[in-house]
Amino acid sequence: MNLSLKQRGRRRLALAGSIVSIAALALAGCASGGTGGGDAAEGGEDLTITFIPKQLNNPYTDVVLGGGEEGASAAGFASSQVVGPLDASASSQVSFINAETQAGTNVIVIAANDPDAVCPALEEARSGGAKIVAFDSDTNPDCRDVFVSQVVAKDVALIQLELISEQIGGEGEIAILSATANATNQNEWIAFMEEELASNPDYADIELVTKVYGDDDDTKSFQEAQGLMQAYPDLKGIISPTTVGIAATARYLSTSEYKGQVALTGLGLPNEMRPFVKDGTVTEFALWDPAQLGYVSAFAGQALADGTITGAEGDTFEAGDLGEREVGADGIVIVGPPTVFNADNIDDYDF
Amino acid sequence: MTNTETSATLTAASTSKTLRGEPKGRTGLARILLGRDAVMIGLLLVTIVLFALFIPRFASPLTVGFLLLDVIPVLLIAMPMTLIIITGEIDLSVASIAGLTSASLGVMWAAGFDMNTAILLSILIGVAAGAFNGVLIAFVGLPSLAVTIGTLALFRGLALVVIGDNAVANFPPEYNAFVTSKLGATGIPTVMIGVLAVVAVFGVLLHFTPFGRGLYAMGYSKEAARFVGIDVVKSKFWLYVASGGVSALAGIYWTLRYSSARSDNATGLELTVVAAVLLGGVSIFGGRGSIPGVFASVLLIGTINYALRLGRVSEVVLVIVTGALLIVSVVTPSIGAALRRLGHERRIRRELPRSDGPGPTGA
Repeated sequence: MNLSLKQRGRRRLALAGSIVSIAALALAGCASGGTGGGDAAEGGEDLTITFIPKQLNNPYTDVVLGGGEEGASAAGFASSQVVGPLDASASSQVSFINAETQAGTNVIVIAANDPDAVCPALEEARSGGAKIVAFDSDTNPDCRDVFVSQVVAKDVALIQLELISEQIGGEGEIAILSATANATNQNEWIAFMEEELASNPDYADIELVTKVYGDDDDTKSFQEAQGLMQAYPDLKGIISPTTVGIAATARYLSTSEYKGQVALTGLGLPNEMRPFVKDGTVTEFALWDPAQLGYVSAFAGQALADGTITGAEGDTFEAGDLGEREVGADGIVIVGPPTVFNADNIDDYDF
Repeated sequence: MTNTETSATLTAASTSKTLRGEPKGRTGLARILLGRDAVMIGLLLVTIVLFALFIPRFASPLTVGFLLLDVIPVLLIAMPMTLIIITGEIDLSVASIAGLTSASLGVMWAAGFDMNTAILLSILIGVAAGAFNGVLIAFVGLPSLAVTIGTLALFRGLALVVIGDNAVANFPPEYNAFVTSKLGATGIPTVMIGVLAVVAVFGVLLHFTPFGRGLYAMGYSKEAARFVGIDVVKSKFWLYVASGGVSALAGIYWTLRYSSARSDNATGLELTVVAAVLLGGVSIFGGRGSIPGVFASVLLIGTINYALRLGRVSEVVLVIVTGALLIVSVVTPSIGAALRRLGHERRIRRELPRSDGPGPTGA
């Protein structure tokens, strides 16, 4: 009896042992599979660049990153990586920055979900020798070398107001459907819009009745659009300064009785908005070419890493096919003016 | 007379035989080495060694620092969560309490409160939020799942009311520096001392006090626990108060570490915590689990996440790995239990063949 008990005990010990080792092996497999791209940093002069977007799997971000990867290889980086969180929350980027610091990445290109939350981590990366390029959404200016901005923030705000004013005939109630309540650039644009609405006599008859937040989530934006229609029966137009929001709103409008009655404009991706422009739900909307944003960021990173620029006002660098760019006040590099898309030109763009 | 006597001795004999045939609970070294906790700790050590071997730059003090800074909020909240889940309840509002605390701390600091006063008041807000949960669950007797799903939304909403779409970032630098400071060259964050103290308090409370033993009893059966004199209502209430208080600490840590107080801080953290607690061997049905297991489990998830991130494995893979680990951890003990039950039944059938044979026909 005692003997068999001991045997059973041993068998169980063996079983537990084997479970542990199988799990360990599986993990080791994952681990060794993932190290492929990370070894280049030790190779002497080879520079590495890593892009940290606000979140992965966002169509707009994918276009920006596509341009970034193209720019990185054109600028001569040995390897370029894209890492980032699945949710656009304030602090989720910090552990990615930490990992890049430890990996010895030379250039970190980041679109900050929160201008301050990423600061301590970026400071640590800089003290380790990394150059920081903020793009798309700025960090606190103290924690980065340059900020590559798609366009002048005020231009983006004003062009959206112009478009909506044109489309509703200069008077009536409008609403804004934004990304998250904390989104840095959306809030900046909205602030400019509110200022302009209050001060410009051309917009005296336009009333901004509400701001709602779709959190850059398709379903939530769709529901918010629906809610706006019910809450404000006299609504004439919606501005959605985010690609997720405008696409969801357009989808709602195109299948509702408000199609053609309520104007919609904002910032959208031509590929996503094409059907809604063709079916008359949307007349005109705006955006810059997001791929250029990534492209210029990669060249800015290259110029910083090889010492061509330091991020001081007046520095200039070559951004590949796009020509020369200059660093402006506060270390801001402007990519270009926004483009307006309508039924006439939308087929010329593919992003 | 003689007839019954013989049958009695027969039954006694067969019972004792059955008992001898059954495997006894493990004792001594085997019990410690084969327990769930030991497996978790072993798994953690094996993982660390493997990552150190296979992931370049993983084995460095930098890793220790970054990794621990990442897991501290989860580690803190996992402690009261372990106790709550052991009683068969759950608290899903923890991350929202942390968010509310973070928002309140930011607003109070921006309004010119002294930093220490603001921190103290924030903790009190967390405690009050926990007490609110506690009253509804313990005294009113509502199901904890329903109550805390409600307060998950409620506290997050309050955070938005408190701070709106603003963010407060200009906290005193010495506070931010303290939170990220390390103990000499070890890379271990200074705040870990406080975190370990919290872990120790909950560990002692659960494993070495009558209160803690009572929680296990509640997890098995609340009725039975009441009959043996455990104050179920009061125990539950204080657990939720503790959970609120510890969540507040996590919220304050979060705010200072990221030097940013916002309404959406720590969003979704409750699920990470619950996942870590379950992986640590705590039964979602209550009555089983331990602090060392949960401690190892939090570190294991943190280590895997950090190492794969360092290896630049996509976040999508990370989520899948964590999910798979959780499923395996929940399924493995169930398979073990099913096998043991099967063995037990087979033994009963083998060793008591006559007891069910002549029974019906002999009568």
